Amino acid sequence: MPSVFAPYEWFARWCVERVFGLDPSTRLGASLEFFFYDVPKVLTLLLVVSFVVGTLQTWLQPEAVRRILGGKRLFFGNVAAAGIGIFTPFCSCSAVPLFIGFLKGGVPLGVTFSYLIAAPMVNEVAVALLWGLFGWKIALTYIGFGVALAIAGGAVIGMLKLEKWVEPFVWEVPVGAGDVEAMPWRARLAEGWRSTREIAGKVWPYIVGGIAAGAFIHGYVPGDLVVRWAGPGNPFAVPVAVILGVPLYANVAGVLPITEALAGKGMPLGTVLSFTMAVTALSAPEMIILRNVLRPPLLGVFIAVMTAGIIAVGYLFNAIL
Amino acid sequence: MKIQILGSGCAKCNQLRESAEAAARELGISYEIEKITDFREIARMGALVTPALAIDGKLKLVGKVATPDEIKPLLRQS
Repeated sequence: MPSVFAPYEWFARWCVERVFGLDPSTRLGASLEFFFYDVPKVLTLLLVVSFVVGTLQTWLQPEAVRRILGGKRLFFGNVAAAGIGIFTPFCSCSAVPLFIGFLKGGVPLGVTFSYLIAAPMVNEVAVALLWGLFGWKIALTYIGFGVALAIAGGAVIGMLKLEKWVEPFVWEVPVGAGDVEAMPWRARLAEGWRSTREIAGKVWPYIVGGIAAGAFIHGYVPGDLVVRWAGPGNPFAVPVAVILGVPLYANVAGVLPITEALAGKGMPLGTVLSFTMAVTALSAPEMIILRNVLRPPLLGVFIAVMTAGIIAVGYLFNAIL
Repeated sequence: MKIQILGSGCAKCNQLRESAEAAARELGISYEIEKITDFREIARMGALVTPALAIDGKLKLVGKVATPDEIKPLLRQS
């Protein structure tokens, strides 16, 4: 069956054979074909996904989200928060004002956490890359597990009733109310395009660089080396991938193409999923920022719940596949 | 008039500040810039996402790096 990506395959083959005059079965040819196939494909998907998400996001401005989630009960609220989080990626620098605004707007702590987990984890860059590099099934699986983790993590924190470990000032700040403005369709699309340009402008060098590194691995790194270190035989591959993912914050665009090349040589996909989640959801800068509003025990619970959940996802996925 | 930039000081806040200053200069408005980095103050002013822009204490834009052309009408209204 011809896939929608057939033109990209043709383009990559054409580059290697006609432009460089190489045989795609040679090492250099294989590397170049990998590069010229993945770069245009991933960039296209990034534009499409960011535009769709950026446009949908105009219906889910934080004010509107707060209104939807305010007063919601445990579990149902967590499901709603995690679902909304799919469409509203945000910069970690917004985590604190959002946290304060939600709690003061009557959104329960556990529900707020579901949102804080899902929103950065299921973001357009990660989804576009997973789709482009691993296929839509893996991208959907990632979204599914990410949402499940956000629901479970937020529900656990909600059930433990940890409000006492929120920094006391949070409850005392008077919070102003912003407006939700009505937007015409044209403005929503313009906003979608604006956010697409912003995201693509920021991440394209990482994508190109990451795919170049992946292309090198694809052509030159022997498969048995990868299998020995990251393959199914190494029971610690998942936790190690998670630990490696933490400092790579915001570079999901640069590191995912490398994992694709590793996966092609035998690294299991569950390990890839765990790694991606660690990169997006367990970022050191976000933890440092959240320390402003969370007392250390709550921050510790949050990190522990997330780490355990992400590792569990990796093992589970590797076991069922 | 007082143009206030709300945010913890990330790169986006600086871009927003530059846009706002460019807009004010082009309109020939006399202005002062205030950077608000304290989370309590940001929350009090009603911003849920940063960077945000306020004029004389009133929130005008949240969560995006606006262009000078987008900021000009806001300055004119105020």
